[in-house]
Parts: sequence; C-alpha cells; structure tokens
Amino acid sequence: MTPDGAARVHASHELPATPPPAQTVEARAGKIPIATISLCGCWGCTLSILDLDERIIPLLDAVTITRSSLTDIKRISGRCAVGFVEGGVANEENIETLEHFREHCDVLISVGACSIWGGIPSLRNTVGLAACLREAYLDSPTRVPGSPPIIPRHEEIPRLTTTVRPCHEVVHMDYFISGCPPDGDAVFSVLSDLAAGRPVNLPTAITRFD
Amino acid sequence: MGLDADAVLTRHGRDRTRLLDMLWDIQRAWGHLPEDVVAGIAEGLGTTANDIRETASFYHFFHTTPGGRYRIYLADTVVARMRGYDEVRARLEQETGATFGGPPDPTGSFSLLDTPCVGLSDQEPAMLVDSVVFTRLRPGKVADIIAQLRAGATPEEVANPAGLPHDDVAYVDHLVETNVRTKGPVFFRYPTDYRSLIRDCLVLTPEQINERISESGLRGRGGAGFSTGLKWQLCRSARGERKHVICNADEGEPGTFKDRVLLTRSPKQVFAGMVIAAYAIGASNGIVYLRAEYSYLIDYLQRQLDEMRADGLLGPAMMGRKGFDFDIRLQVGGGSYVCGEESALIESCEGHRGTPRLKPPFPAQRGFLGEPTCIDNVESFATIARILEEGPEWFRAMGTADSAGTRLLSVAGDCSRPGIYEVEWGTTLSAVLELVGAQDPMAVQVAGPSGECVSVAADGARQIAFEDLACNGAFTVYGAQRDLLGIVREHLKFFVDESCGICVPCRVGNTELLRGVDRVMAGHAAHADLDEMVRWSQIIRGASRCGLGATSPKPFLSTLQRFPDIYRSRFRTPHGVMLASYDLDEALAGYDAAMRELEEDVS
Repeated sequence: MTPDGAARVHASHELPATPPPAQTVEARAGKIPIATISLCGCWGCTLSILDLDERIIPLLDAVTITRSSLTDIKRISGRCAVGFVEGGVANEENIETLEHFREHCDVLISVGACSIWGGIPSLRNTVGLAACLREAYLDSPTRVPGSPPIIPRHEEIPRLTTTVRPCHEVVHMDYFISGCPPDGDAVFSVLSDLAAGRPVNLPTAITRFD
Repeated sequence: MGLDADAVLTRHGRDRTRLLDMLWDIQRAWGHLPEDVVAGIAEGLGTTANDIRETASFYHFFHTTPGGRYRIYLADTVVARMRGYDEVRARLEQETGATFGGPPDPTGSFSLLDTPCVGLSDQEPAMLVDSVVFTRLRPGKVADIIAQLRAGATPEEVANPAGLPHDDVAYVDHLVETNVRTKGPVFFRYPTDYRSLIRDCLVLTPEQINERISESGLRGRGGAGFSTGLKWQLCRSARGERKHVICNADEGEPGTFKDRVLLTRSPKQVFAGMVIAAYAIGASNGIVYLRAEYSYLIDYLQRQLDEMRADGLLGPAMMGRKGFDFDIRLQVGGGSYVCGEESALIESCEGHRGTPRLKPPFPAQRGFLGEPTCIDNVESFATIARILEEGPEWFRAMGTADSAGTRLLSVAGDCSRPGIYEVEWGTTLSAVLELVGAQDPMAVQVAGPSGECVSVAADGARQIAFEDLACNGAFTVYGAQRDLLGIVREHLKFFVDESCGICVPCRVGNTELLRGVDRVMAGHAAHADLDEMVRWSQIIRGASRCGLGATSPKPFLSTLQRFPDIYRSRFRTPHGVMLASYDLDEALAGYDAAMRELEEDVS
C-alpha cells in the first residue's frame, strides 16, 4: 500500500519469486548470462529465437538465459554478457527498460526492424500522435457503439513518446541483427559467436532478403 | 498565352533531346506546364506524359502548377546572408503578400521561391524575377521593384528602363557587374583577332594541336583537374561517326561566377577554344550548356555566335576547309547543381533528368547520344584559345610543377574588392587575401562548398594549386565575426537539396549529416555524434556515384579539422547511458500535447 492508501502496482520484477534449487544455481555457474527483452514490437523476433530449435540445447551448455521476453520480466538481477532487444522505443517505460539493459549488459544487440529503425510502430511518426490516438480510440471502427470517448491516461500508464525511435538513437547499441523478423540462423550465428568468444560475423546470406 | 504543343514540337523538330527547350517554351507561354500541353508533347514525341513530367520535375525552374504572375527567386547563399538577405527576404514577403515556398499572394501576382547561388556572389543579395536579374538588393529597392510590377511594368521594363537591346553587352552590363580586377596574362588582356587565331590553328594538324595542349600541361578548370590534352587524345582516338564538343557553362558551385564574367567579356575566346577542340578531336557538333540562371546572356551569346557564323568561323566547311563542319548551339538548363557534373549535363542535353551516369565509359568514349564527347569548362576553352595564341611553353612557364598557367578566382565575402582575379597557380592563400583586401579574415571557403574551408591562421602559406589547395575558382572570405557552423549548415543543406537522389549514400547520408549539424547547433550532441558523422562522411564519399557525394561532406570535414571548437564548444555531457542526442524532453512532450489537442473530443 502507498501512503495515500491506494494499492501499489508491482512491476513484474518486483513480484515474489521462488529461488531456484541449489543444484540449478550450481549448474548455471560459469555459463554466459544472456537476457532478452521486447520493447515496442510484435514479438516475432522472440519467436525467431525459438527457431533455434534443437540447437538451443547444446547452446545452453554455454549460456544461461536469465531474462527473456517470454517471462517479460523487465529488470535484470546482476550483470549480463549479452542483451537482445527487440522492438523500438515508443513510450517512457521503453526508455527506462532500454537504459536498464544498457547499464546491465556488456553487449547490447538490436534485433529486428523495429529495434533497428522503428519498424511498423514508427509509421505513426508520419501522422503525429494526436491523429494516431484519435484513430485508435475515438474514430476506431471497433469502438463499442455508444461508449464514451476515452483515451487512456493515468499516471501508471507509460506515456507514449512523441515519435517512435530506434534503440540506437536512445542508447549505444553494439550490434544489429536485421530482419522482420531475423532468421533463427542469424540469431544462432551471433549467439554462438559471442558464446565462443569469436568476433561476430553475420554472413550477408542470412541478412539479405531480396 | 496560347502556344500549343504542336507549335512547340514543330519549333524543335519533334526531337526528344530538345525537351528542355520545349519545356522552357511552354513555361514562358503559360507560366507553368499545363497538363494538356504536356500530354500533347508526350503524344508528339511518342512517349507518355509521365515521362515528360519525370524530366520536368527534376529541375527547380519548371513548374507543373500555376504560380503567381511573376515568380521571384531570391538567392539564398552564405554571402547573401552576410549582406542583408534576411531584411530583403522579409521585405519581399511584406510587399508581395506572399510567403516563401508558399502559395502566391491573394491577387495571384507573385510567388516567392528560394534558389541557391545564382552566380552573383560579388553583388548579393540578388534575385531573379522570372528570368530577369536584380542585384545589390536592399529593402527599399525591393519595395520599389514590387511597386513598379504592381503598377503594371514587366520585370524587363523595371530592370531595363532604357530599353537596351538584349543582344548588346550594354544590356548585360546594365543588369549585372562584371568586376574584373586583373588584366592578363591569360584573360581580359586585349582583344584577340579570332579569325587569324583559328586560321593559324587550322594550318596545324589535329595531332599538332593535341600535342600543344598536352605540352601546355593544361588541366581542366571545372575542378577535377584532369589533363585536357589526354582527354582530347582519348576523344580523338575514340571510335564514332560523329563527335561532340560541349562547353560546361552550368556554373553552379556556390560562390563562383568567373564563367559568367568570361561569357560576358570574352565569349568569342571561349567559342574559339571550342572550335579548336572540334578541329583537334574531329567533332561536328558543339553545345554550350548554359545554366538557366544566366538566361539574360542568351541573346547576347546568340549574337556572338551569329557574328562568328557571318565571319565564317562557324558552320560548314569552315574557312574553306572541306570536311571541317562545326557549329555551336546554346542549351539552357532547368536549374540543377548536379548538372554541372559532366555526365549529368549530357543527360540534361539529351532531354532527361540530370542523373549522373556510371563511369566508365567516360564522355570522351561515350558521351552525348552515346557518341564521343569532349566536355570542358568555360575557362578551359578560353585558356585553350590563349595557349594556341602564345604557345604551350609560354603557358607552361607559369604556375607550378603540377599546375600550369593561371586560375581565375571568383572572390566574394568579407573583402573590400570582390570580383574576378587571375592568379598564377602557386599563389599563396595569404597573398590572395592581401590582393582582395580581406577584412579580418578567419576562414576561406576555397572551391565552394565542395572544396575546403581553410583557416587563415593555419593555411596562409598554402598554395592555390592542384598539388596543395585545389580550387575550382570559388574563393569566399569569412571574417572573424562569422558563424562558421551556420555556414556549414547552409552548405550541407545545399547538398541535401541538390542531390539527385539516385544513390542512397548521397540521398540519405547528406540528410544524416545535416541532422547531425542541427543536433550540434541545438546543443544535443556529444563526441560520439561527431564520430558517427565522420563515419557517414566516409560512406558518402566512398560509395556515391558522382562528384556531388564525393565532396558533399567536405564542409563538415574541413571545418572539423580546422575549427574543431565550433563543434566542441556546443557539446553536451550525456547523463548516464542515454545518448546526448536523444532529446528526452521532446520525446515526452508529445503525449501531453496530443491530449490537449484532443481535449474537447474526449469525456
């Protein structure tokens, strides 16, 4: 409860969690910690990580995924070697999360079109935020007939940014894996290079689409 | 009014390559390019209206929609901004009731448009009212011009109240000053008898002419500095039924105006150089590509050509020499900087957009209409006439080891005697500054935006020469009071506007550089942003198709090297990991602003 008596909303990383068994902690020791997060995107890039398929099993001998877009826990405990960011920056929570990942990851990677240049969400940049909100909430054909015209606004709802920006315009990003979404092979290639301590080498063959 | 497509087509022989001439005819008659006339031209040429529009839309001076009765183009240049441009611009808006870049005033009398340098840096601010030029503008002068136009006078009557004939040099001199400050050795020395010069040349064999040009060590005066002799030999040995000589008078580099002055004071020297080139390479067709901004020279130059024809110095079987047929026509451009690039210029001569070609093949191999073409700058041709007059040794004795002869400088900016100076290559920057009466100089833009911004303190001893400080003729002096970063911005904006857009590094990269400078100016940049801009510069210079992209980052790069403090002093210290360039306040202001905008529509 907050001082004024209202229920405090907990962020996902503040929720109580059961510590992993000692055996698991021990097995993870010495592995390279990585984390992934989704900002404003469609999660398609996260699905590409799943497209690693069975290759993820040997990879997990070398790395441990401390945070993933699947659990959507937006804060990292401790430090990560590699952070994958999908999605662009479209609201103030995206900004804070991206800053947090930059502060806690040695290497930060933009994954996919939204992260690299704003992608589909950045189409709203061309019409302006007011027109976008009007279309989404007031003039929307799916608005319930007779419902009051409302645009969500509350201190606990992150404000949308004036325009959608790519991640590297907000913080420094180290690598870029292009694609919408990138091929699972591209993610695998970068991840296995980093896990093995090799320079990242993304063959053009898996980042060219024409 | 009233000129129809058929009349235009007939006038230009239904020749697709004369499209620019046709567009000019239509625009002069109608004030713009009406859809039905364009459709008629397309039909007559066996093409589509979109094909015609594709060409027309490339050029600043062609308009597909009606404007005011008069279109006023105010030259927005760095020098104009030193000379009261802002006041003139404001007064123009006030007097006409129109806004720059906006619709015409309510009475439909005036449209106001921005245009880059019109080649009058020694008499700025300057403007064109349609094709008529007005210089040394002041707010009062502008008010007077607008009042006269409103009262019913034509721009022509306002500029030329005495009614001087357009083909007379007095008319040109009445409109613009030529400000020639030196006489000789190569230019503006004394009248030459071109008849005997050409006659003497025709006694030699073409090979002997080529040898003399090679021996003289002449390098192209357009800026790139390629050996003229070598170019001519390549063109002569290139296989082709017909060959062409083109004179590049598309003097678009901001700050340069020497070609305008040469064409005013010594047109026949230039044309004689073209005749000699034609003889040396075996060409039959000559074109002078004149930038549209110099349209007030058209009638005067036509008369010079007519006089040469009457003298037998142009035309079939010249000087009784069977087989040597050569004539020159004027091709007026449509307003485009990149058309100064030789292959873009050739595209424009063929009636297309001025998109540079991939090289090789070079114009000497495959140029105009795919045929071998010798294309040289106005000053090069004028120089050639003098080399043949005095001999290659005379020429070679002037200048430096790698830069023979002299160079015309178009001097403007903070100096007491702006104008045209001829200096030997090898003259130092300091010596030129002294010659022109520079006033408290801090920097000099040598060779315009595509050249270098050098420091008077650090570079004073450097020589104007291809091997040191290469110069295409523009020499703009900036006094200590000038805002260099603002000047850099102007120049980058110029390249963004003038990029033809065909290749991504130039189209996108220059925009990125401009945004970078804006970030620095707004105090939103850190060192990392400059590093990023340097990387962009390398990409633009290395990957662009033509000289525009190869040089466009230079305003940024040369000032970064010579005047790093103009950038550093505006750096912002980043907070935490967020980049200095990310404007958090701006990013978060939009939502509240949008909600305010929508306030009345929500419950």
